[in-house]
Amino acid sequence: MHQLLKDGNIVANNWQLVHADRETVPEGNVLLSLSHWQASGPTLSNHAGEVGLWLDSHEDIEALTDEMMDIPVIAINFPKFVDGRGFSAARLLRERRGYRGELRAIGEIIRDQLFLMQRCGFNAFEFSSEIDLAEARKSLRDFTDAYQVAVDQPEPLFKRR
Amino acid sequence: MYQYDQYDQNLVDERVEQYRDQTKRYLAGDISEEAFLPLRLQNGLYIQRLAPMLRIAVPYGLMSSRQVRMIAQISRTFDKGYVHFTTRQNIQLNWPVLEEVPDILAELAKVEMHAIQTSGNCIRNTTTDQLAGVALDEIEDPRPWCEIIRQWSTLHPEFAFLPRKFKIAVCGSEEDRAAFLLHDIGIQLVKNARGEEGFRVYAGGGLGRTPVIASSIREFLPKEHLLTYLDAILRVYNRYGNRDNKYKARIKILVRAWTPAVFAERVDAEWQHLKDGPATLTGQEIERVKGFFSVPDYQSVDVDAVEASMQALAAENKGFSRWLDRNVSPQKQAGYAAVTLSLKPAGVAPGDVTDVQLEVIADLADSFSFGEIRTTHNQNIVLADVAKTDLFSLWQLAKAAGLATPNIGTINDMICCPGGDYCSLANAKSIPVAEAIQRKFDDLDYVYDLGDITLNISGCMNACGHHHVGHIGILGVDKKGEEWYQIQLGGNAGKDAALGNVLGPSLSRSAVVDSIEALLDVYVENRLLQESFLSTYQRIGQAKFKERVYAPIT
Repeated sequence: MHQLLKDGNIVANNWQLVHADRETVPEGNVLLSLSHWQASGPTLSNHAGEVGLWLDSHEDIEALTDEMMDIPVIAINFPKFVDGRGFSAARLLRERRGYRGELRAIGEIIRDQLFLMQRCGFNAFEFSSEIDLAEARKSLRDFTDAYQVAVDQPEPLFKRR
Repeated sequence: MYQYDQYDQNLVDERVEQYRDQTKRYLAGDISEEAFLPLRLQNGLYIQRLAPMLRIAVPYGLMSSRQVRMIAQISRTFDKGYVHFTTRQNIQLNWPVLEEVPDILAELAKVEMHAIQTSGNCIRNTTTDQLAGVALDEIEDPRPWCEIIRQWSTLHPEFAFLPRKFKIAVCGSEEDRAAFLLHDIGIQLVKNARGEEGFRVYAGGGLGRTPVIASSIREFLPKEHLLTYLDAILRVYNRYGNRDNKYKARIKILVRAWTPAVFAERVDAEWQHLKDGPATLTGQEIERVKGFFSVPDYQSVDVDAVEASMQALAAENKGFSRWLDRNVSPQKQAGYAAVTLSLKPAGVAPGDVTDVQLEVIADLADSFSFGEIRTTHNQNIVLADVAKTDLFSLWQLAKAAGLATPNIGTINDMICCPGGDYCSLANAKSIPVAEAIQRKFDDLDYVYDLGDITLNISGCMNACGHHHVGHIGILGVDKKGEEWYQIQLGGNAGKDAALGNVLGPSLSRSAVVDSIEALLDVYVENRLLQESFLSTYQRIGQAKFKERVYAPIT
């Protein structure tokens, strides 16, 4: 996918996802799997480009080190869009681990999830198939308010009404 | 009851527009069948055997007469003029058209109703006691807590794609009328030694293929921590519940695999991060919500005089007397009673009512019960605040509308799922079985002599008809393409919840009614004075029942 939604804008995707079993890392900005990072992270110090991380839905964010909270992009994979584990992972990264970089949803996500994903702390959305991003981003604004505390709204509605 | 403010109304209105757009994109081919499935389910729309089915939320079973009239109107305009009340206190339309569902939702939104999260792998409608607020044995009114949970669970950003469906029930009384131990989370209102309000929290209950009674995971949770603790339970489940096999995906499987003690520890560890956080309830919010459930404007009455005149009418009129015995129950306020309108007359699918009956129900609520009704998980309707002076008039009007069958709590007041007549999951039909039983046991004197007995029918092991917890449970099974029925005995909802035991090999539909009769004969022959069916079963065991049912066959 050449473009993605980031902070509500359509922007070029200049990160390449490197699958776990791939041995050679391409040039440019790359997203490595957790196991890849753990196995070869330090050897990437001469890499021409930035290095980010992608997590699969079954991987616990507890495995991430505090140093990883400084990396520019963390992507969370949704192998199926109904696999909701990534929603919890995103909140934990933002609310518990204090991650402030780009948090990207990747995999089989659908536009109808954008409002909830954004509430959980995702700010970038990379769809696996070509879709009309200008149309899709309307779903970020499906609702004007919500009852619950989340990353986008730290106060519950009951304290604001 | 709770009234929407602009925030609640706006959310429901926006949900209608979101779903309208989703439907439009689906019909245009921009959303795949696979992607549309969970979207429509989260708005209560199933595609069933014959047509779509739309499930409308009735939060904790409470409705105003205005809402009931809207349901009547919707059933006329968009359906075939009848609706079905479910075991989760909700309402189902059996014949809506997919293209018109957004319009139905828009009509519902006009009266503060919706179909949000009535299906799908998300947090479903929270249920409670139909006598909430008026029960004699109530510790505290569960409705404000149900409303607080409703708001928290509605479009919760983190828990819209759980491993499986998730049901919460709240019990506020000594006796359990909400089957709360058979829910993913059961919340019991309690007071601690210092008289402070709080909750005992149970997790991991449920019916379905693997029925389990919930385990206590926290003995006392102070009330302000309700939502942070629920967040912790749901987060642990969302992260670690099984997602590979939908039959092992309910929270009960996780609780059992980890053991309740370990599950409780994991929840507690998560909760330590959330406890006292911004979602902690404030006294102001608790009071705000409680304010919507204030005591109605009861009139003071001369209790003795009312009682005397009611008994005089009952003495003259056997039908009224029977109805008083079975369909009227006491409530807190002197001179008032709670009335159950039976949705179980013989010949009608249990829980079904017509548009005209809905309008009668709305009128009765306005005339006799402060304009409110409650739906029950037994698929009846309760008018909770009726002055005893009005009971005779109410009975006459209800009787004329076919809503006064005096069979509440009897064998004919059965819980029954829609079954193979409507549901695409069913292995067997359930409505014709219910009807055959009602027709067989049409002698009211015999039925009254049998006393309290629950008979629950499910058309498949998903157990929508709660067959595991009927004193008699009937389960439809598929046997080489034919519809057969397994009988279970000894189940019980309530605080002494128990799961039924399978009686023996499954039976053909034609054998079911005679087998039920054989079971009842064994009970009548063996009971001690005033002993219920369940008590007799528990005392004498299964063997005698089994012998009688299977004797003619072998």
